[in-house]
Amino acid sequence: MKDKTCTAEEAISEVRDGYSIAINSWGLTGTPAYLLRALRACGAKDLTLYCNNFIPGISALEEIGLANLTGLLPQLKKVVSPFIGGRAFRNVLAEEEDIFEGRVQKGELEIETSSHGIYIERFLAGAMGSGGIYSPIGVDTVIEEGKEKRTIDGIEYVFQKPIRPDIGLVKAHRADRMGNLVYRGTSRASNPVVAMASKITIVEVFDIVETGELDPEMVVTPGIYVDRIVRIPEDDISSESKTNEVLKMIIKRRIEAEAAMSANPPQS
Amino acid sequence: MKERMSEELVAMRAAKELKDGDYCNLGIGIPQLCASFVPETVKVQTENGALGYGPLLSFADMEKLAQQPELIDELMETRDPDLSDAGARAFSPAPGMSFFDLLTSFAMIRSHRLTSILGGLQVSEKGDLAIHSTSDRDPYPQIGGSMDLAWGAKRVIVAMTHTAKDDTPKIVKRLSMPLSASQCVDLIITDLAVIEVTPEGLLLKEVAPDWTAEEVQSLTEATLILADDLKEVEL
Repeated sequence: MKDKTCTAEEAISEVRDGYSIAINSWGLTGTPAYLLRALRACGAKDLTLYCNNFIPGISALEEIGLANLTGLLPQLKKVVSPFIGGRAFRNVLAEEEDIFEGRVQKGELEIETSSHGIYIERFLAGAMGSGGIYSPIGVDTVIEEGKEKRTIDGIEYVFQKPIRPDIGLVKAHRADRMGNLVYRGTSRASNPVVAMASKITIVEVFDIVETGELDPEMVVTPGIYVDRIVRIPEDDISSESKTNEVLKMIIKRRIEAEAAMSANPPQS
Repeated sequence: MKERMSEELVAMRAAKELKDGDYCNLGIGIPQLCASFVPETVKVQTENGALGYGPLLSFADMEKLAQQPELIDELMETRDPDLSDAGARAFSPAPGMSFFDLLTSFAMIRSHRLTSILGGLQVSEKGDLAIHSTSDRDPYPQIGGSMDLAWGAKRVIVAMTHTAKDDTPKIVKRLSMPLSASQCVDLIITDLAVIEVTPEGLLLKEVAPDWTAEEVQSLTEATLILADDLKEVEL
């Protein structure tokens, strides 16, 4: 069987201008940070990004090269995400928030949002080749604007289109050479649905084992969904020890920011 | 000005609604604080894919970390980078814990098997909930899992402040903020009162210490029905 392992650059060379890219993004856990950096380096533009949470960057992450969605902003024309913006972290993220809002206001960045459940259902529809789903969530809310509504057996539903990304970037805990994947803890999240729904799926892992070494009962994503496997260098910035350094830095900054806030509260 | 209940007390009162064998999901805001008061026999779900996990590591307690910086190193050593909740806060493992992908997680959230404790911006007298945005003109409303959690729960408890900071009532006749889910709220727990949503209207069941039903009503736009056994908030 063909070996699916390659470098991040080789894998990301599949990306063309105007492509749609799906990732799992939930803080640092299960986010394909290594491939995201390769995506930035490749310079592809006019991309549509599907992600769980689009929190405009954290500069501490940028400094040490971890996943930073603000850094990706110039390459994006559209973001589809159930949770956009970092208003909750306004005191520490004002600058990134302004870059993001500026692009939205100038019409350079299109935003599409929905409920998280709908977002995931749409991936399932994409994976199944369905024409879409009728979801009970969002009836009479902002979500139904411009969408077909239908009553089935007395219950109202809102139509939602499938998501079928050109490229899925996935983070797994371990892969074998056939691309069978196992995950760990909450880093599983939407990685399995991204792998199933995407036309081309690229996986990053620290650990690649020989075929036959994974317990088939434990495989969550079967290798048929995986086109490319990228091994993250052991000393990479997204390794556990490096991540801990970043987190320490973030915590220290938050402590400083909160101290500054309480010494000098904002006028509102 | 009379003192209202602290956020911790509101969270403690809300957690009291959880019974042995319940499964629950805790939303952003005051509900997050409930985690400290949830009994061990109640299993907590997080929408990024875990059920029945252990206590959160105290990353969120910035005050404590500011005073004892050496705790940060200690936290880093105990922290497992693959265990974090939907608010990106690290948690500890617990026996019986399970992990799953987001399809499973949101099917679970909509299964009417979880008790959902949510924050709230406004609740109407019919139990309509506004939680994701203050304005129709919001360029990017932060919906997240809130609509799924409000629609699909076994029971929806809203834990919030009774009024906005300027004393504008948050419990209203009709929502002025964008709807998140209609007629979904079962119980409202605020820093002033415990109010049940019933077919007849909003039933005032408990008031904060030193507060009277009239005072609570004066800070509530919707009309409150007084429960026969109206009492002080029990913690």
